[in-house]
Amino acid sequence: MTGTPQRNEIRFLLNGEALALAEVAPDETLLDFLRLRRRLTGTKEGCAEGDCGACTVLVGRLVGGELRYESVNACIRFLGSVDGCHVVSVEHLKGGDGTLHPVQQALVDWHGSQCGFCTPGFVMSLYGLWMRSPNPSDAEIEKTLQGNLCRCTGYEAIVRAARAISGYGTAGEDRLAGERETTKAALTAMRDGRRVTIGAGKQRLVLPASVDDLADILVEEPKATIVAGSTDVGLWVTKFMREIAPAVFVGHLEGLQEVHEADGVVSIGAGVTYTDAYRALADRIPAFGPLLDRIGGEQVRNMGTIGGNVANGSPIGDTPPPLIALGASVVLRKGKSRRTLPLEDFFVAYGKQDRGPSEFVERIEVPLPAKDADFAIYKVTKRRDEDITATLGAFHLGRKADGTVETIRIAYGGMAATPKRASGVEAALLGRPWTADAIEAALDAYASDFAPLTDMRASAAYRMLVARNLLRRFFAETQGGSAPITISREAAA
Amino acid sequence: MNKHSAADLKATKIRGGVATDQRHDSAHKHVAGEAIYIDDMPEPAGTLHGCLGLSTVAHGTILGMDLSGVRAAPGVVDVLTGADVPGENDISPTGRHDEPVLAERVVEFFGQPIFAVIAQTREEARRACRHAKVEYEPLPAVTDIGELDPVGGKMVTPPLTLKRGDARAAIDAAPRRLTGQMRVGGQDHFYLEGHIAMAVPGEDQDVTVYSSTQHPSEVQHMVAHALGVPSHAVTVEIRRMGGGFGGKETQSNQFAAIAAIAAKRLGRAVKIRPDRDDDMTATGKRHDFLIGYEVGFDDEGAIHGVDFTYAARCGFSSDLSGPVTDRALFHCDNAYFYPAVKAVSAPLYTNTVSNTAFRGFGGPQGMVGAERIVDEVAFATGKDPLEVRKRNFYGTADRNVTPYHQPVEDNVIQRLVEQLEASSDYRRRRRTIDAFNANSRIVKRGIALTPVKFGISFTATHYNQAGALVHVYTDGSVHLNHGGTEMGQGLNVKVAQVVAEEFQIDLDQVKITATTTAKVPNTSATAASSGSDLNGMAARNAARIIHGRLADFAAERYGVPHDQVVFLPNRVRVGNQEIPFGDLVKQAYMARIQLSAAGFYKTPKIHWNRDKGEGHPFYYFAYGASCSEVSIDTLTGEYMVERTDILHETGRSLNPAIDLGQIEGGFIQGMGWLTTEELWWDEKGRLRTHAPSTYKIPLASDRPKVFNVALADWAENHEPTIHRSKAVGEPPFMLAMSVLHALSDAVASVAEHRICPRLDAPATPERVLMAIERLRTEAARS
Repeated sequence: MTGTPQRNEIRFLLNGEALALAEVAPDETLLDFLRLRRRLTGTKEGCAEGDCGACTVLVGRLVGGELRYESVNACIRFLGSVDGCHVVSVEHLKGGDGTLHPVQQALVDWHGSQCGFCTPGFVMSLYGLWMRSPNPSDAEIEKTLQGNLCRCTGYEAIVRAARAISGYGTAGEDRLAGERETTKAALTAMRDGRRVTIGAGKQRLVLPASVDDLADILVEEPKATIVAGSTDVGLWVTKFMREIAPAVFVGHLEGLQEVHEADGVVSIGAGVTYTDAYRALADRIPAFGPLLDRIGGEQVRNMGTIGGNVANGSPIGDTPPPLIALGASVVLRKGKSRRTLPLEDFFVAYGKQDRGPSEFVERIEVPLPAKDADFAIYKVTKRRDEDITATLGAFHLGRKADGTVETIRIAYGGMAATPKRASGVEAALLGRPWTADAIEAALDAYASDFAPLTDMRASAAYRMLVARNLLRRFFAETQGGSAPITISREAAA
Repeated sequence: MNKHSAADLKATKIRGGVATDQRHDSAHKHVAGEAIYIDDMPEPAGTLHGCLGLSTVAHGTILGMDLSGVRAAPGVVDVLTGADVPGENDISPTGRHDEPVLAERVVEFFGQPIFAVIAQTREEARRACRHAKVEYEPLPAVTDIGELDPVGGKMVTPPLTLKRGDARAAIDAAPRRLTGQMRVGGQDHFYLEGHIAMAVPGEDQDVTVYSSTQHPSEVQHMVAHALGVPSHAVTVEIRRMGGGFGGKETQSNQFAAIAAIAAKRLGRAVKIRPDRDDDMTATGKRHDFLIGYEVGFDDEGAIHGVDFTYAARCGFSSDLSGPVTDRALFHCDNAYFYPAVKAVSAPLYTNTVSNTAFRGFGGPQGMVGAERIVDEVAFATGKDPLEVRKRNFYGTADRNVTPYHQPVEDNVIQRLVEQLEASSDYRRRRRTIDAFNANSRIVKRGIALTPVKFGISFTATHYNQAGALVHVYTDGSVHLNHGGTEMGQGLNVKVAQVVAEEFQIDLDQVKITATTTAKVPNTSATAASSGSDLNGMAARNAARIIHGRLADFAAERYGVPHDQVVFLPNRVRVGNQEIPFGDLVKQAYMARIQLSAAGFYKTPKIHWNRDKGEGHPFYYFAYGASCSEVSIDTLTGEYMVERTDILHETGRSLNPAIDLGQIEGGFIQGMGWLTTEELWWDEKGRLRTHAPSTYKIPLASDRPKVFNVALADWAENHEPTIHRSKAVGEPPFMLAMSVLHALSDAVASVAEHRICPRLDAPATPERVLMAIERLRTEAARS
């Protein structure tokens, strides 16, 4: 470690001020920093788990030399992770003369607040949307607001305001837009390529200088907590009050955010957020689009990563089943050595993955489905958006010219202690004609493939029934026809 | 509106009078993050933070509580148990002495507060709590009302019976009859701002408590009882809540009492803000109900007689369960006339958190029972449910007596429903849906139009009183205070509009101030939709007193008869001259006229004899109707609301923009209750849906895709309420029943509408799919 240039403070912009902090606890949240240390009380705590959006702030970061502002949940974002970023809280929006920002004025005029507690979070989410899409469609507005709960208004007034924002001012006149170049310069200047180390023992946090540096650090500290988007680790702290030191933050490592395609395989860096994965995956495999749109809210998608979703091994993570159905592999790295294994083999048992000390998930390699293959992902939840999976099925079918099943990979989430393939069902279908009768005949195999649990999300009976019905839905989807096979928010009423 | 602009002395109308669209008075602060909630207030130096230690069994005797590890944890200053409560260890709001501040000896639900840690920081208090070692001897626990006998089960408060006519005889004599049962779930309030209290000790016995509460006077009383001091020693203040919905009517008491006890004990300010999980675990919710029904009817769909049992999960203590279950019975009719009726409540004891007030206060559960009966009759007779609804509506001249013997004198339900039926195009859309369903195997659609009639007034008659305090300062600006609390509903702006109207001054001349027990005493909870009815009248009364003094003064000073003193916008015409309001006020002050007044109001006409089940508990009724269309996926039970049309009446609305927000928001909140909001306890009686990750309230993307909401522009209150307006807080909540029934209608389509789906609530995708499966099985069998 001695050879790596280091610094012992984080540097970032907070609203209009440049800060350098040498005292940062590894588990100090951005929200507590804003509210307790800076008395910026406009940002609220509603749930402390990234589900309600009352704590929404914008974080500007340099992505490939461009400055991008994204909404995040300050309650589960760690302060240490904003090194080199621009944190914008609701207090930064009003003009110097006290005039409200267009987003704020629209919400006032359209009666978009009642109790007002969720309102700053809505302001920030809508501000983020308006910056990138000044005249958003209703679908864009709803997608942006998936991570913002309001209990008073029923949202209608907020959506009316969101449609009207551009009538109150143009994005070009906006303060952040006007200061874009100076902000970029300031953030660029903060990137000194150094490793950041703060504190020791239970107070220790590290921001590696590079992916290689990360690998070195983990060799030295095999028990470190790797923190990427903190959409899971954040809750270890806020809900379970677990110690996470030494914490190694990786969200800033551009080396983990690369996406390549070669020979029909897309390689996705473990640090690619759900938001960025949309571009990497949905453009190539359209079925991923609607799935990614339903993972968390926008704030969570701006932070959470594909690598984290895989590495934490949750049986209800949303990306592993489709990745398994596609035959994806995970690349694990320890020091300078790497190994690749099929993703389905990575999940050993509940809470146990095939990842050794000092090892980390570096990337996921996803073979693109054949052009004539059928591929579908169905996520079933209690509430349509921003909900955790009850049952999720992913289906990948290749048929021969004669219509028989040549290849079939089916994987489920929420049905077992790990993301798991429906091997028995696959076997029952393989080589058979792809017909309704064959589907019905294969359904019995579910009973041997899965024995799901009953919990607050769904009963075992419901999970089993839905798992089977999703195969029926997949079959219907492959048959075409004009009748809808599923409900859709977009379809005209 | 705080931007002060000069009064227009030529205006023909004031800015911001009644019956105009006005923004929420705090809107500009909400959006800027400048509205101050309790956790945003600057903390006094040395403020300490509390965290409650919660029980981990549903029912048990505490054998031992080792808190040494808690005391030794970093930052801990003090640890309190029930033995440390200096006054009464009780916060039962109805005086039944069944709800301890901190449980001693026995715990009665999983998550009951048993001790409190006070530490230097909130984080330290939370961490310290986890070091407690508590040993329990488990006792038998009942965590579900389905296990209980609604007649012989243990009750937390006496049940109520409503009777009119001979229901048994009417059912027996009816050509047809059927019985059934319905489960309707509870609901967490999910106010975005959780509970919080900050207590600041004063001299002598004094303490000031900032409490996020809908009921400052009750918090004052509870804190005084728990401290063992007179009420005069306790001041409770609340500027605004980040949502209440009934969840802060009684549930604030515990946090306030503990904060106050600790503050007085330690001589330092103490703040308690539970984490969301603790808030949802340890505070009460909407009651879930098991509704048993028997109905006699005829082939035309006319109901002859009804017998209801409303069993409710009350939790371990009475809290407000008595009035909540009473109100369920008061609404077992919804908008329907029952020629003979018997309805019995069963407020059952369970080893779960004590359930409490929630928007509608039992009324929604009552009405859902009525609508189920209508559905049953419609399926049994093969009629469109809307036809059965219309057939059974209350009449105006006859068929107009409720199960509690109060005549319905202001019935407008037929007019509302007919108007909505036309504007929503119900008939044509039903045909379109039938055609769609015939050609769509997987996705099915359904539609329903349901009415709402909701009784306005507290059923505890003495609660129907209010006070207000108005000061006019020498520059003509007005300080307004009243006993109501602002939780987002826009009460303050409405009351300010009333005062502005009374003085004929612009709304920005009226300053709304924090609710405090020191300004207006002995107030009622801001609940039962009564806020603007009661406080608007009290504030008007106060304004009128000052207005009268000013008029008397002007007449005397200028030597004109009284009828020549006219309050015009921002000025007063006295004889032939016009004097700016502020100038007249200044002159009055110089002449030593009192420019401050306390106002008062009590609702007339109401009375209620609970023992007889007879009386006139409601001053008037509020009405509305809604029509919803849904799509369901018959493979998964997932659904979407395609369109909702609402027609609601709020009398002559004080502020249509605010009322529209109440209607839209109430509907969506009701929709959440009936669809995705599910409370789930595990086998240990532990609530597992205690955060937004597991408890799913509606999102923007759950709104109806098309959402047409209108106020009935012809409406006015037939009673002389404040400017003939009507209460609006609760009634729209129940408009969401149209969504439940549209889902039911879509489910029914899988069996050609021959079988009543008996869809229980919340109608999660799981319940929808299971209902579909049941109907398919039954249809195949027959």
